[in-house]
Amino acid sequence: MRKEEMLKILFRNKLSILGLSIIIALVLIAILAPILAPYPEQALGEPNLKERLQPPSWKHPFGTDHLGRDVLSRVIYGTRTSLVIGFSVVALALLIGVPLGLIAGYFGGKMDLAVMRITDIFLAFPPLLLALLIATTLGRGMVNAILALAISWWPWYTRLARGMAISVKERPYVEAAKAMGIADWKIMLRHILPNSISPVIVQATMDMGSAILEAAALSFLGLGVQPPTPDWGLMVSEGKDYFLNYWWYPVFPGLAIFITVIAFNLLGDAVREVIDPRLRRRFL
Amino acid sequence: MKFREYVAYRLVLAIFVIIGVVTLVFFVSRVIPSDPAALYVGAHPTPEAIEKAREQLHLNDPLIKQYAYYLWSLLHGDLGISIRTHNPVAQDLKSAFTATFELILVAEFIAILIGIPLGVYSAVKKDSWLDNLSRLFAISGVSLPAFWFGIVLQLIFFKHLQLLPLAGRVDTVVLLQHPLKVITGFYLIDSLITGNIPVFIDALKHIILPAITLAMYPIGLITRQVRSMMIEVLQENYIRTAWAYGIPPRRIYFKYALKNAIAPALITIGLSFAYTLVGAFLVELIFNWPGLGRYAAYSILSMDYPAVLGVTIVAATAYVFINLIVDIVQVYLDPRIKL
Repeated sequence: MRKEEMLKILFRNKLSILGLSIIIALVLIAILAPILAPYPEQALGEPNLKERLQPPSWKHPFGTDHLGRDVLSRVIYGTRTSLVIGFSVVALALLIGVPLGLIAGYFGGKMDLAVMRITDIFLAFPPLLLALLIATTLGRGMVNAILALAISWWPWYTRLARGMAISVKERPYVEAAKAMGIADWKIMLRHILPNSISPVIVQATMDMGSAILEAAALSFLGLGVQPPTPDWGLMVSEGKDYFLNYWWYPVFPGLAIFITVIAFNLLGDAVREVIDPRLRRRFL
Repeated sequence: MKFREYVAYRLVLAIFVIIGVVTLVFFVSRVIPSDPAALYVGAHPTPEAIEKAREQLHLNDPLIKQYAYYLWSLLHGDLGISIRTHNPVAQDLKSAFTATFELILVAEFIAILIGIPLGVYSAVKKDSWLDNLSRLFAISGVSLPAFWFGIVLQLIFFKHLQLLPLAGRVDTVVLLQHPLKVITGFYLIDSLITGNIPVFIDALKHIILPAITLAMYPIGLITRQVRSMMIEVLQENYIRTAWAYGIPPRRIYFKYALKNAIAPALITIGLSFAYTLVGAFLVELIFNWPGLGRYAAYSILSMDYPAVLGVTIVAATAYVFINLIVDIVQVYLDPRIKL
């Protein structure tokens, strides 16, 4: 896929521009969190018991939580947590999945068969289920949640990388390199990897939305990020005990999850059509 | 390959996949944790309890022997004892099954009822504002955190409009005044066939919000799939011929075109069924729905390890079989698919 073609299709679709703008805004919010958040120290967990469960006001536009902390500040800092988790999950899954896919596609034969059967088993689990099991096994915590999601996520990239490797390995320059007697690992690193990685990377970027949504579900079930770290899933989880009388507590953090995931999916929808219309991806 | 051979082949394949799934679950449970016995005992383990669990789980044996024991007990339907409820996990799951199944069926029904027409109209009016709106709706469906959307619905329909109950499957007071004779375990069906109208209405009111919450994701998937297939089919020659014959548009769309667009949508519907299995973990927790999902969520929240393992195996097996059934039905419906 040529870059110009891709950009053209991306900008033809209004919804994908909307998605891209939201993502850029989210990255800016995450970087500028200490400047944007009205109460940075509360965002990081410092209680403010005098102002517990205050409704939205000029002072606290999203209200305050059960410890009196400013919900807006915590939602702003939660952007960091979400983006870091989404990025880590996808990066780790790429790190496991891509090499395996390249090896399976390049060597073919029994190696290919073995790797593909293993991915079959991982993909036989409904989305999120395996991650839930692994996270329960590893114990609560953000790093464990990232590991759990990545371990259940990599087979998607193995399949994609394998398909790319199979198509690239027939090209003349790979055959030329083989004829010159260059070692297999060098061919894979120098020729197969650079020529098959871009669709995988693009796909992975689009997957960050799903990764963020699944991570939020883990946090909601108490498996992911632990208090007092500002995290949207965790805030909805804590807020659900108060929501009937203090609606703002779970509603704003949940809205943040929704907007973030929809932004990645809007962009991903357009890109997916470009890369491979038949590629069916999962969402939560 | 004949159809019957294909079914047999797929069944064998599915069994191998399930063995793989069970093996993976075993290795996750035995290899990752530093001490599986401590996990099995739960919070505040005593040395004696850990030693007892070690004995029960055969943890002092070699790994391969442990695996054999594990498979053997699974074959006998033994999923271990729950730490939280102290019941056998298999028994807990069995009693929760019908509640979840009823919820999932109603959710899928809603999803199909909304998703298919929305996808058809979206394709027919491609690139109109209606199409854009329905695409945005479909993408919203797959982007919504179910656990949050459930809370929002409760705020609107319970707190503010006071139209629907907050949570639960049926009101205990209603149930006490009009005892329900359990036949199938599905409250909606049982109350209807025994003519117990008050319970039927109450159960219906209770199921609406959790079912809609659970349906949002399948609605998104189905709408998108039907839309893209319909766009393809509407460009075919036979549709043009149908127009030339002057057949009414509604009949062209829903009879001639949809018939050929529906086969891939079936896969999506099947997949979305499987999704609702895990989606129910979150939705049932929010709506206090006494099913598998709430059981799974409580087990996770209280780190009830044997229960989590049991739920994982049951849900993954169900997922494999749903995929199998969907594939077979598709081959049956569409003779063009090469076996």
